[in-house]
Amino acid sequence: MLNKIWAGMILLAVITAAFTGNMSALGTQFISSSEEAVSIILTLLGVVALWTGLMEIAEDSGLMKKLTRGMRPVLRWLFPDIPDGHPAGQHISANFVANLFGLGWAATPPGLLAMESLSDLNRHSKTASNAMCTFMVVNMSSLQLIPINMIAYRSQYGSANPSMIVAPALIATIFSTVVAVIAAKLMEKYWP
Amino acid sequence: MMKLVTMMSDLMIPLIFVGIITYGLLQRVNVLESFFKGALKGVKVVFDIFPTFLSLVVAVGVFQASGALQVLTGLLQPVGEAIHMPSPLIPIAMTKFISSSASTGLVLQLFKDYGPDSLEGIMTSIMIGSTETILYTMSVYFSAAKVEKTRYTLPGAIISNLAGIGASVMIAHWMMN
Repeated sequence: MLNKIWAGMILLAVITAAFTGNMSALGTQFISSSEEAVSIILTLLGVVALWTGLMEIAEDSGLMKKLTRGMRPVLRWLFPDIPDGHPAGQHISANFVANLFGLGWAATPPGLLAMESLSDLNRHSKTASNAMCTFMVVNMSSLQLIPINMIAYRSQYGSANPSMIVAPALIATIFSTVVAVIAAKLMEKYWP
Repeated sequence: MMKLVTMMSDLMIPLIFVGIITYGLLQRVNVLESFFKGALKGVKVVFDIFPTFLSLVVAVGVFQASGALQVLTGLLQPVGEAIHMPSPLIPIAMTKFISSSASTGLVLQLFKDYGPDSLEGIMTSIMIGSTETILYTMSVYFSAAKVEKTRYTLPGAIISNLAGIGASVMIAHWMMN
């Protein structure tokens, strides 16, 4: 799937550039994008390592287990295939909590670790398990309590009431997450 | 209210550090050693995802630079109009699926052109929070799990994001009337 999307994007880009005359810009874009990827990944490297280091402390001290205990009923219902106390459950909880508080930088590391643990449970198959797909779908519905970045942008551009969108945004994000859960639960039953 | 919200988000990160380290010390964990061990795991994860990440940033970059994104947006214009979505929002919704930084740029431009308190501004503010950069998230996460067949992930994510967009359009119209 992603395979075809990726190839399609590159081919479409070259074809479009041929028509719009952006070809020379396209050539330099290949190089500058690869440089951009390196600079983003270096930032990510620092943030991820910092976070996983911190999480290891939480893990070794038993704090992580304590925190995820509260999430257990939710996890059990969403991911019946994950055994209780498995690291996958802890990483998923940490990812959900970070997303909920709008800490995007803190959501990615546990999300990646969750996928690795789920891959262990899935015996490293090349086909995604139900738990992986459902986790991804719910994760990408991006449930967020307070859209802090958006409030900041709004006030920066002179909004009379920057935080007036908090409640409506909450309704919209809850709605999209509910739809995500229903869709995932339905598709997990019927998708081959 | 606003002050409290920003204060809380400022405090969040330092509090997480203080909380975890203090708890670790109380439980007599060698916190620095645990930190090293965990950080090394994180470094491995990031190295593993780099090829995927590179492929994606390049694809998104050339897709935008070639003008293909604008062409695609133009094709979707009638769909947006059918659900009463103002036309400047359509490229934002499209771009958000692919790239977060590019869509943020468009949002700020819209705030400049229409103002954050206009119908367009309010709708965008609501919409951004319930949509996700699906392409980026899926590629990176699945490459961490070394999965190729992603089954119902993409359709599921698109359905929930479209639901978020639909809800934003309705709520914003309702708020401004």
